[in-house]
Amino acid sequence: MSNIVNVDVRGLSCPQPALQTKQTIGKMDSGTVEILVDTQTSCDNVSRLAQKAGWDVEVQEQPEGGFKIILNKK
Amino acid sequence: MSSIARFFTSRWGPIITGAMVGILAPILVKLGNPGNMGICVVCFNRDIAGALGLHRAGVVQYIRPEIIGFVVGSLVAALIFREFKPRTGSAPVVRFFLGVFSVIGALVFLGCPWRAYLRLSGGDWNAIPGILGLLAGIGLGIVFLKMGFSLSRNRTAPKAVGWALPIFMVILFLLLVFRVDFSGNSTGPIFFSKSGPGSMHAHLLISLCVGLFIGFLAQRSRFCTVGAVRDVILLRDAHLLNGVIALIIAAVATNLVLGQFKAGFQNQPVAHTNFVWNFMGMVLAGLAFTLAGGCPGRQLFLSGEGDGDAAVFVLGMIVGAGFSHNFNAASSPNGPAAFGPIMVIVGLAICIIIGLTMRETAKK
Repeated sequence: MSNIVNVDVRGLSCPQPALQTKQTIGKMDSGTVEILVDTQTSCDNVSRLAQKAGWDVEVQEQPEGGFKIILNKK
Repeated sequence: MSSIARFFTSRWGPIITGAMVGILAPILVKLGNPGNMGICVVCFNRDIAGALGLHRAGVVQYIRPEIIGFVVGSLVAALIFREFKPRTGSAPVVRFFLGVFSVIGALVFLGCPWRAYLRLSGGDWNAIPGILGLLAGIGLGIVFLKMGFSLSRNRTAPKAVGWALPIFMVILFLLLVFRVDFSGNSTGPIFFSKSGPGSMHAHLLISLCVGLFIGFLAQRSRFCTVGAVRDVILLRDAHLLNGVIALIIAAVATNLVLGQFKAGFQNQPVAHTNFVWNFMGMVLAGLAFTLAGGCPGRQLFLSGEGDGDAAVFVLGMIVGAGFSHNFNAASSPNGPAAFGPIMVIVGLAICIIIGLTMRETAKK
């Protein structure tokens, strides 16, 4: 059972959502990270960054608005 | 619809937006806008400030429809693609002053990042120190971002917050169309230049349509001339930089076709040759834009999608342009003005303090 790392970047300006994602996954070789974002722009930026770093990306639209981005790397 | 949305957020979005800017800006020059100033977000906000009587530089007073189009075009795109989201609360007063100082810096160089790239594409080599300064300013901003700089989080806001700047832009358009003049002797409340750059403009409907088109594209593609450099340095991501490269290639080609490419340092339109202050002005502008999260165009596009904090930055740019001219800090083709250098130094000091002191407030 691996721990899930949670990152909440809702409401932050560019480039902080992508930067915080980079700083988080930069410390990890594998695992699961769940990132909450509030805009499509942040969602795209975070997803693009994680994919380039070799993480699997799954995006879930949240009922209250915004997105949960689930990053996985084995 | 979703396939169109995906296309513009793909790598092609910024490239197409940049290429369109690179083609349309020199055409606007051909149709009447000032030289190498088909589009300049800072210069055009300065002209709006002049038209509203916020400064008395008679040669730079005009309500620029391109700015109106940028905000309203972005609003239309955001509404169609369900991205209009009123929000505010991320240190608006700090953003106001970042807007003020970004303009003070950019008017020492005589152009925003958009115009820096457009000047380069027209053969104005004085743009090179300006662009180097911009890179340095963005680099400095990145140092603060890495240290944890944040203007803290915004929150969802009532609809009025999102609509305020777009409606202000519509009112500006009405003032432009009706050329409101109470006495009939050009005594205000709205002022229009009779000579100089402010008197040079393409037909207002053409300018408006170009603004609307670019505003629409840029909202979809997230085009940003400061994010372009920032993301390469900070995130090793060239997504936005491709847009700026496309802009420069398209603008060089269009200027060559239109016979507007004139290489050199001397006698360039609305430009001066002082290397040091072309550089330093853009260090300040680059730092202020980076701390605020995007270039002046991006602030307009964000305003169109309901970002009340970006709207405050835009208002800061307009007021800052007034300060810049009233305090004799804006350069002219003769070179930096008497108080330009000291204003840049004061602005840098204040932005550095902001960079060092602003951190995210604790989550509730």
